[in-house]
Amino acid sequence: MLLPIDFLMLAVAGWLLLGVAGLALPSHSAWFGRMLFPLGALISLGVGLVGVGFSGESAQVAILAIGLPDLPFHLRLDSLSALFVTLLGLAGGGIGWFASGYFRPGKGQDGLRLLCLEYHLFLASMLLVLLADDAYAFMVVWELMALSSYFLVTSEHEDPEIRRAGFLYLLMAHVGAVSLLLCFGVMQGGEIGNLGGNLAGNHSGNLGTYTFSAMRHARMTPFWASTAFLLALFGFGAKAGLVPLHVWLPEAHPAAPAPVSALMSGVMLKTAIYGLLRVTFDLLHVRFAWWGILALGLGLVTALYGVLFAAVQSDMKRLLAWSSIENIGVLLAGFGLTLIFATDGKGALAALALTAMFYHALNHAFFKGLLFTGAGAVLHATGERNMDRLGGLMRWMPWTAWLTLVGALAIAGLPPLNGFVSEWLLLQAFLLTPGLSQPSLNMVIPVAAASVALAAALAAYVMVKFFGVTFLGVARSDSVQHAHEASWRERAGMLWLATGCILLGLFPTQVIAWLAPAVRMLSGHALAQSPSWFLLAPVDAERASYAPLVFFAVVLATLLGVFLWVRSVYHGRVRRADPWDCGYPEQDARMQDSAEGFGQPIRQIFSSFMQVDRETPDPFERHPRYSGESRDMIWGLVYRPIATLVAWASSQAGRLQHGRIQWYLIYSFATLIFLLVFVAR
Amino acid sequence: MSLTYYLQVVNLLAALLLLISFAMLSQRRIVGLITLFAWQGAALAASTAIVAGSTGQHHLYWSAGITLALKVIAMPWFFYRLVRKLDVDRDVEPMINIPTTMLIGIVLVIFAFNLALPISQMSGTVTRSTLGIAMATVLLAFLMMITRSKAIPQVIGFLAMENGLFFAATSATYGMPLVVEMGVALDVLVGVFVLGIFFFQIRETFDSLDLKHMEKLKER
Repeated sequence: MLLPIDFLMLAVAGWLLLGVAGLALPSHSAWFGRMLFPLGALISLGVGLVGVGFSGESAQVAILAIGLPDLPFHLRLDSLSALFVTLLGLAGGGIGWFASGYFRPGKGQDGLRLLCLEYHLFLASMLLVLLADDAYAFMVVWELMALSSYFLVTSEHEDPEIRRAGFLYLLMAHVGAVSLLLCFGVMQGGEIGNLGGNLAGNHSGNLGTYTFSAMRHARMTPFWASTAFLLALFGFGAKAGLVPLHVWLPEAHPAAPAPVSALMSGVMLKTAIYGLLRVTFDLLHVRFAWWGILALGLGLVTALYGVLFAAVQSDMKRLLAWSSIENIGVLLAGFGLTLIFATDGKGALAALALTAMFYHALNHAFFKGLLFTGAGAVLHATGERNMDRLGGLMRWMPWTAWLTLVGALAIAGLPPLNGFVSEWLLLQAFLLTPGLSQPSLNMVIPVAAASVALAAALAAYVMVKFFGVTFLGVARSDSVQHAHEASWRERAGMLWLATGCILLGLFPTQVIAWLAPAVRMLSGHALAQSPSWFLLAPVDAERASYAPLVFFAVVLATLLGVFLWVRSVYHGRVRRADPWDCGYPEQDARMQDSAEGFGQPIRQIFSSFMQVDRETPDPFERHPRYSGESRDMIWGLVYRPIATLVAWASSQAGRLQHGRIQWYLIYSFATLIFLLVFVAR
Repeated sequence: MSLTYYLQVVNLLAALLLLISFAMLSQRRIVGLITLFAWQGAALAASTAIVAGSTGQHHLYWSAGITLALKVIAMPWFFYRLVRKLDVDRDVEPMINIPTTMLIGIVLVIFAFNLALPISQMSGTVTRSTLGIAMATVLLAFLMMITRSKAIPQVIGFLAMENGLFFAATSATYGMPLVVEMGVALDVLVGVFVLGIFFFQIRETFDSLDLKHMEKLKER
C-alpha cells in the first residue's frame, strides 16, 4: 500500500516529468497551456489533499537512493511538514491553473519550454524542502529552490532592471544559505561531541550523518544553541524578507511573471517560516525567552516597515511585495510570541499564538496568491503595472475585479473572510500576555499588540488604495479602454483561491481542529475544543468568541435587505451620471485620487523613515509633470556601506598584484623566511 | 684516506659553493654568471662524488654524473648559445646595489646557519655540518632572483637554488633516491628548455629581456 509520503514522492516525480516533457515540445506549442500546466496544477491539488488527509498521523520516513555515497537523502513527513505541504498544494494548485492561462505562447524568445521546466522544478524543490530530513538534502533542495526561482524571476532577462533584481535575489539567497549551512554545522557539532565541551577531542573520524534525527538528540551549551538559532534566524530571515534583509523582495516580485510572484510570495516565503519553526521547535532542544523577544521585535519592525512602504507604492506588484514583507513580519511576531509563551511555561497560550501563526501562513498563501494573480491579470490586460495609469477596470474586468476584491478584503482583515480570523487570534494571544511571569515583558507587550493592530489597520488602508485606484473610478489611460477579461483558466485559478479565502474564513473551528496535531507537535498543547462547530472561542467562550457563519448571515441579510429596500424605494428612478461627478461638470480622469495622492499622508507622517525623491513642477510650466519616489533608507544605511567596504578591501588586496616578478618573488621569499623562523622555534 | 680527510675536502667544496654564490650575487655580466654557475655545478658534482666514495653510497655516483652532465656541460653551453643568439650580454644593473645585496646575503647566511644548527644535530650523516651552507646557498640564490630584473639571471638563480637543495639533500641524508633525482634532473632540463622558448617569445614581444616590461600585464 502506498503511504502519503510515497504519493508526495510520486508528485515530485510527476512535476519533474512534466518539466522534462515541456522540453520536448516546440517552444510555442499550445499544449503548455492545455496540458502541462493544468496537469501540474492537478498534481498540486493532489499534494494538497495528501497533506489535508495526513494531519494527525505519526511521522513517516523514507530514504531516497539519490545523494552522495553513504549520504542518501532522508525524507520525513510529520504534522508540521504536512501543514506546509497542504499550503503548498492547495495554493499552488490555484496558482497553477492561473499559470496555465497566464503563460501564453509567444512571450519571450525561449517560449515556454524553459519556463515550464523551471516552474515545475520550483514546485518540486519546494515540496522536497518541506520533506527533507537531513541537512545535506535540505541544503541541496533549498539551493535548487533558490536557483529555479532565480531563473523564473529573470525569465524576461532582456530588461537590465530585471537582471539586476535577479542578481540581488540570488545574492541574498546565497548569503542566507551560507548562514543556514553554518547553522546546521553548529547543530551537527552539538550532535558529535557537545560543542563547548571538548571540541578538540572529537576528531576521531566520526563525521556524523547530518540527519535531523541526530540533531534532535544533540545537547548543546546555551551559547551554541543561541548561535544556531541566530544563524537560522538570519538565514531563513534572508529568504523570508525580514527587515533589514528584505531588499530583494520589492525588486524580485515585480520582475517575476505573476504566477511566479504569487508562488514566491504565497508559498516560498512560507518555506522559510517552516525552516525557522523546524530548527527552533523541533531540532534545538532548548529555547530561551530572549529569542522570542528578539523575533517579536524584528517581526513588529518588519510588519510596520513593510506596510508603510506598501502604502506609498504606485506599482501594483511592488505594493504587494511590500505587503508580503508586512505579513512575514506578522508571522514572525506570532513566532516570537509563541517562543515567549513556550519558554514561560504557558503551553496553552503558546498553542494559541502558534495556531494564529499557522492560520495566518495558510491565509497569506491564499490571499496573496489571489492578489498577485489578480495583478497579473490586470498586467496582461493592460500592460500596465503603475496604478496611476489604471482605474475603472471593474467595468472591463468584472470577474478579476470581484475576485481581487475578495482577496483585498481578506488581507485587510475584514470578517467574515480568513484574514480576520488569524489576526483576531493573534490579538487574542497578545491580550493574554498579562499572564506572563516577567513583569518587564508585560509592560512592553501592549506596545507590541498596538503595533500589530496598527499594521493591520494600515494594511486595510493599503488594500483600499490597491483596489480603489486600480478597479474603481474612471480609466486614467487608453490602455485600460482596451482591457479584456482574463481567460477562463486564469479565472478558475483565482476563483479557487478566493473560495479558499472564504472557506478558511467561514469554518475556523474545523481548520483549527485540523491544525491541532502540528500545534501539539511543536508546543505540546492544543487549543481547547470549541463549544460548538460554528463558534470559535480560543480561550473561553466567556472571554471572546466569534461565529463567522452567523456574522456572514447577518452581513448577507443586511445587504439583501438594503438592496431590496433601495430597489423598492428608488424603483424606476434610475439616474445615469458619470461616476464621482459630484456636480463638477469639467472633470477628467486625472482629477481622481491617484495612487501617489493616496499614499501622501503616510509619506508625510512617516517621512523620517523613507528617503523621498520628489520633483514638483514649476507653476508656469505648460505641461506640468510630477514624479515622486520613496526609497528604502536601509539601502543607504546598511547595504551601501557594506558594498563600499567590500570594494575598498578588494582594491587593497588588488595592490598585492604588482606586476613585477621581483615583488612576487619577495612575497614567496618572505613567506619562506617566516615559515623557517616558525619551524626553528 | 681517512674519513676526516674526506670530510675536510667536502667542507672545502661547501665553502667554495658558498663563495661562488656570493660571487654570483655580485656578478654583473651574464656570461660571467653562466661561468660561475658552471663552477658551482662542478663543485657540487665533486662533493657528491666524494661523499659517495667515502660513505659507500654508490647511487650518489649516478647523481654526481647527472649533475656534471647537466649543470656543468649541457646547461652552461645552452645558456652561452642563448646569450650569443639573443645578444644580451651587457652589464645588468641590479635592483639593489651590490654592496647592499652582499650585506643582506651575509645576514641570510647567519640566519641559515642558526636555522641549520638544531637540524644538523639530529642528522646522523658525516656531512651534516654542511647543511647550513646548503641552506644559505638556497637563500642566496633566491635573493639573486629577487634582485635581478633580466630573465636569464633569474633562471640561473632558479637553477642555483636547485643546486642548493641538491646539496642540502646530499649533506643531510646522503641524497634522495635515485629515481627522485632523475626526475628532478629531467624537470630542470625541461624547465630550462621551456624558459629558453619563453626568452625568445618575450624578446619578440617586448624587444628586450627586461622583465619590467611585463609589469603592464596586470589588471588596471
